[in-house]
Amino acid sequence: MPPSFRSYEHLLRLAALFAVAAALFLVLRWLLVPADYGVLGPYRLGAIAQNQARPISYAGQVACVACHTDVADARKGNAHELVSCESCHGPHAPHAADPAIAARRADPRAICAVCHVPNAGKPVGFKTVVFADHADEGPCTACHPAHAPRSW
Amino acid sequence: MAVADRREFLQHAGAFLLLTGTAAAAWEHVLAGQPESAPGYDASAHWWAWIIDVERCIGCGLCVKACKEENGVSLEPSYFRTWIERYEVDPDDPDHPHVTSPNGGYDGFPESTKPGVKTFFVPKLCNQCADSPCVQVCPVGATFQTPDGVVLVDKDYCLGCRYCVQACPYGCRFIDPETHTADKCTLCYHRITKGLKPACEEVCPTGARYLGDLKNPKDPIHEYLRTHKVHVLKPQMATHPKTFYNGLDGAVR
Repeated sequence: MPPSFRSYEHLLRLAALFAVAAALFLVLRWLLVPADYGVLGPYRLGAIAQNQARPISYAGQVACVACHTDVADARKGNAHELVSCESCHGPHAPHAADPAIAARRADPRAICAVCHVPNAGKPVGFKTVVFADHADEGPCTACHPAHAPRSW
Repeated sequence: MAVADRREFLQHAGAFLLLTGTAAAAWEHVLAGQPESAPGYDASAHWWAWIIDVERCIGCGLCVKACKEENGVSLEPSYFRTWIERYEVDPDDPDHPHVTSPNGGYDGFPESTKPGVKTFFVPKLCNQCADSPCVQVCPVGATFQTPDGVVLVDKDYCLGCRYCVQACPYGCRFIDPETHTADKCTLCYHRITKGLKPACEEVCPTGARYLGDLKNPKDPIHEYLRTHKVHVLKPQMATHPKTFYNGLDGAVR
């Protein structure tokens, strides 16, 4: 006759301990892990919305030409046609949202130099000029209309 | 009045309990009828990829400025989400190019001091790898890839452990000096999900950058990739970058 299994209280205590630990783990996990964690992958879904929530600074070309059709027409077919308005004029999202907010004018000399100063790294054929030799001072736009640079 | 208050309270409490704080905020926009703040942008319908045309870059630095302005990146030197490098490759020693990037190219570049040497500009930014080492090493899930293939950072979850910074083979990550969390190019996620171009692409005067959608069969990026010989940076790292460089010189690392 095999020995009877009489003393099993310690096993029950151990099982209870495991049950409590598992319950504690589940409660802590529920408290600490955000509800949207792991919906699409091992990350917080709300983080996508957070990255999306940032306000914009640059309104974009489409917003500019929606009103400034005259400038868009003047730029058609010339060398600056594909240069975005905000490349030279800077970020204008507030102005695009509310035209009452004044737009800034681009500096008619410094902004030209941003692209057109000579540099050996520039692609062959890109128009550059030594500004000091070409014209000591004064706005470039006096001779070169910025929106239609070849029409002068 | 009391009934309306109770309904309002239940709506807010319910939204907050069901959703997290951010999602609850987005839900408020939905209730307020502002879908653009919680847009119907279907991330799974896009797969973004860059075309960077090295042969068009003039090193003007407008992209670097626009990126810092649009994304509120610290103006201190050495914090960049995108920057420009100038390579000066001596034909006698092509394995050791002289690479400079004064303030990331923010103010453009001074004239080259090495006449007669092959010189060109290379715009750099997060390569949006399909198999990103930075995503793999993040111990807390604060860096992840969205369904449209954009690698983003969860600034609330990031511990600032810097593991991702050293894991990126392209040096595209840094620790934000203000929040002390990881920061990187987000592809201007707040812009592209609203149908706008990323700020750097918007201001590039020569069209050296183009963000295309590989899941859109009508996107010109397919035609471009078919008709140009493009290359990615460090293909040996098996990161499968989605930033394709046209006219990339072998000297570029």
